[in-house]
Amino acid sequence: MAADIYLNVAVSGLLTGLVYGLMALGLSVIFGVVRVVNFAHGEMTTIAMYLAIVAFNALGLDPLVMMVPIAAVLFALGYAMQAGIINPFISRPEYSQFILLVAIAMIMVNGLLIVFGPDARNVQTSYSYDSFLIGRLIVDATKVYAGIATILVTVALFAFFRFTLIGKAIRACADNYTGALVVGLDVKHLYALTFGLGAACVGAAGAMLVLLVDVTPALGPAYTLLAFIIVITGGLGSMPGALVGGILIGLTEAMAGLFFTPSAKSMFSFGLLVLVLLFRPQGILGKRAS
Amino acid sequence: MTALLAIDGVGKRFRGLTAVDKVSFGVEPGAIFAVIGPNGAGKTTLFNIVAGVFPPDQGAITFAGKRIDGLKPDAVCRRGIGRTFQLVRPFPTLTVEDNVIIGALLHRGDPVIARQRAHEVLWQLDLFNKRQQQASTLTLPDRKRLEVARALATDPKLLLLDEVMAGLRPAETDRMVAILMKLNRETGLTILLIEHVMRAVMALASRVLVLHHGAAIAEGAPDAVVREPAVVESYLGAEAVE
Amino acid sequence: MIDWLLEGVPRRGLVLLAGLLAVLIAAPWLANDYLITVLIIILYFAYTGQAWNVMMGFAGQLSLGHAIYVGIGGYAAAALYVHFGVGPWIGLPAAIAIAMICGAIIGFLAFRFGVGGVYFAILTIAFAEFARIGFDHFRWVGGSSGFFLPVANYARNDLWNLRGNPTMFYYVMLALTVAAFILCHALLKSRVGYYWQAIREDEVAARSLGINTFRYKMYAVVISAGMTSIAGVFFAFYYNNLFPEQVFHISRSIELILGPIIGGIGTLFGPIIGAFLLTGLSEMMQELLARLGFDVPGAKQVFYGVCLLLVVMVLPGGVWPWIARKLGLTGRQS
Repeated sequence: MAADIYLNVAVSGLLTGLVYGLMALGLSVIFGVVRVVNFAHGEMTTIAMYLAIVAFNALGLDPLVMMVPIAAVLFALGYAMQAGIINPFISRPEYSQFILLVAIAMIMVNGLLIVFGPDARNVQTSYSYDSFLIGRLIVDATKVYAGIATILVTVALFAFFRFTLIGKAIRACADNYTGALVVGLDVKHLYALTFGLGAACVGAAGAMLVLLVDVTPALGPAYTLLAFIIVITGGLGSMPGALVGGILIGLTEAMAGLFFTPSAKSMFSFGLLVLVLLFRPQGILGKRAS
Repeated sequence: MTALLAIDGVGKRFRGLTAVDKVSFGVEPGAIFAVIGPNGAGKTTLFNIVAGVFPPDQGAITFAGKRIDGLKPDAVCRRGIGRTFQLVRPFPTLTVEDNVIIGALLHRGDPVIARQRAHEVLWQLDLFNKRQQQASTLTLPDRKRLEVARALATDPKLLLLDEVMAGLRPAETDRMVAILMKLNRETGLTILLIEHVMRAVMALASRVLVLHHGAAIAEGAPDAVVREPAVVESYLGAEAVE
Repeated sequence: MIDWLLEGVPRRGLVLLAGLLAVLIAAPWLANDYLITVLIIILYFAYTGQAWNVMMGFAGQLSLGHAIYVGIGGYAAAALYVHFGVGPWIGLPAAIAIAMICGAIIGFLAFRFGVGGVYFAILTIAFAEFARIGFDHFRWVGGSSGFFLPVANYARNDLWNLRGNPTMFYYVMLALTVAAFILCHALLKSRVGYYWQAIREDEVAARSLGINTFRYKMYAVVISAGMTSIAGVFFAFYYNNLFPEQVFHISRSIELILGPIIGGIGTLFGPIIGAFLLTGLSEMMQELLARLGFDVPGAKQVFYGVCLLLVVMVLPGGVWPWIARKLGLTGRQS
């Protein structure tokens, strides 16, 4: 029945969208606190994906298991990037910062191209072709596991920012930079920590994405754009917004792929982006910039 | 004499806070009119409404006989009102000369002619010798004069000065006062200024309006206004009047 | 007129410029074919970099999707030639017009709705991607399989139809680059140029001086788009094929901006110096790698990325202002 197809595609899109949302969540955290526009976001996601592939091929470890170590590696990468390269750029004009990250993105993407070549790769686990039957829904097992893992990671992140001392310190920096300095917080360290956390989100998301899509280096810029579309749609600086945006984009692309040709589906995301930028630039859950 | 600028029942609220509360006054051509009052009294908001940064919620603003409320800042400038900013905004990487040329270009399409006008204004504001300096390298008093020069180059009939004396030492304040008085005397330039520095207000203003919590509480000649009990109580303090 | 254009330019600078121009004009006699093709690429990037510079360096709007104008210009002129037999010089105004309209739409959407900074940059990326995917499905101009121009024999040079050997293309590109240079110099010294700089420095202050910032930002976008589309026409007739995947791809947009950023945003010579440095150095690097036996796709891009990183960290104003200071060439606005 037609309704079943729509429902299946929608649920599939929703679950995939959740994972995209996790990736975009990293961007939201980074931008919300450090105010850095991470043009290398998709490239970092792609690095995480390749790490998962290498780990799988070399050690036979399931990406879902590798999620934590990969997130840790990306955390270190993010911390190093912020502390080592990006920190001095906080006080520079905005476009300077963009260019810096564009340069880093270029180096990352082409570095991956040199190391891994342009061919698509993926990961085949024992459950790659399984699916669950829930009523009339047929859902891929990979998507279900990825969706669950995403929700767990997100809850953990929210809890971190809500309840831990460091999480509160980070939120203080975001709210009031000077105030944070005045009370003796090591802002540079906290910024690096935050970038690292955002990168860790990307690491987790990347590890899960290899179960859902094929990897090529060219995914880097595509995911950067996707992350921005999600974050702008959901609300730049709003963490729940990133997830809402992710789900929305995941659904849009899935339904567009169903009604039109699959290759044109991202055109709908762009259309959505333009609409949001014009009529509600703060996004669905964002706050109007003061 | 009909007022050059007529503010008629202008009000503005920001989400529950009344910033400007039905203020009315007129500025005669050739006058120097000062608006004073404690911080938060609504002076800069009033300025921003006149300058077109946001429209009033109620009331009308008439300039040279025509309504200007609701016009955007660039349109207001084209009508003949120039303004400076409380926190100066020079074009930092451009030279002093280029900063003023940009002002002069409003009514002169040819940059060569605009430059001549810029030089005139730079002389008036005592900045001619620094015209090749980059604006970001100027001291604060120089930047304040640059801000005035730039606005002046647009050939305004009315100049809005927002706390132009703030941060200046007494000697520099006197210098600025002298320049403004000369401009007013020689060219008939009408000036509307917000000021906290009473020394400058008493020296410059022919008429003073006092705002408090967004409303006008006194208006008149400077000597009379500073003695009014409401003004003394809300703003000046008894010592200031002695 | 000449006086006004030359005012403020130091004598030493003029001499160097004249010398450089003389060398470039004589190049086909001095250099081999390979070098000529490299010079064509350098001039192409100098030209497109200069066109992009009008939007960024002059008006302060960061466009990361500029390849869209190259693509539109190229496809428009190519379509007219292939489907209607219209030569490129006649097709040029049509290509420029379409590109300008496209720029006007992007500019209008952005400026009327207050979209600036990073949002504007993302918007430009999205539009370029939209064009890339859109043209992939655009059957009339070949879609994703590509659009091909009939390749004539290169024995004779046909300037009218832009069919000929590389030397002809070289002079066309050189003429375009010189014209762009002069145009940008004239723009900068005009009222429009001053207003652009005001907007770039401080838009709020600019408005307080009576400048209709919306209108002038639109001028910058439209002029930049039109100029860039001319490069697109050249591109189509020089390479004789157009693929949406390549022409509209984000790497083209990024490539385009490397020259002016490395050379110096907002300066006249920046894009030219940047193009020479970047392409020159990368060609040498490729040669070196080839001789050592490495064939590494992506190495050139990593090199570009590293150059960009170094410049933005160490010499954020670009290489040209630094060189100009060393050579004692600082005029008023170069």
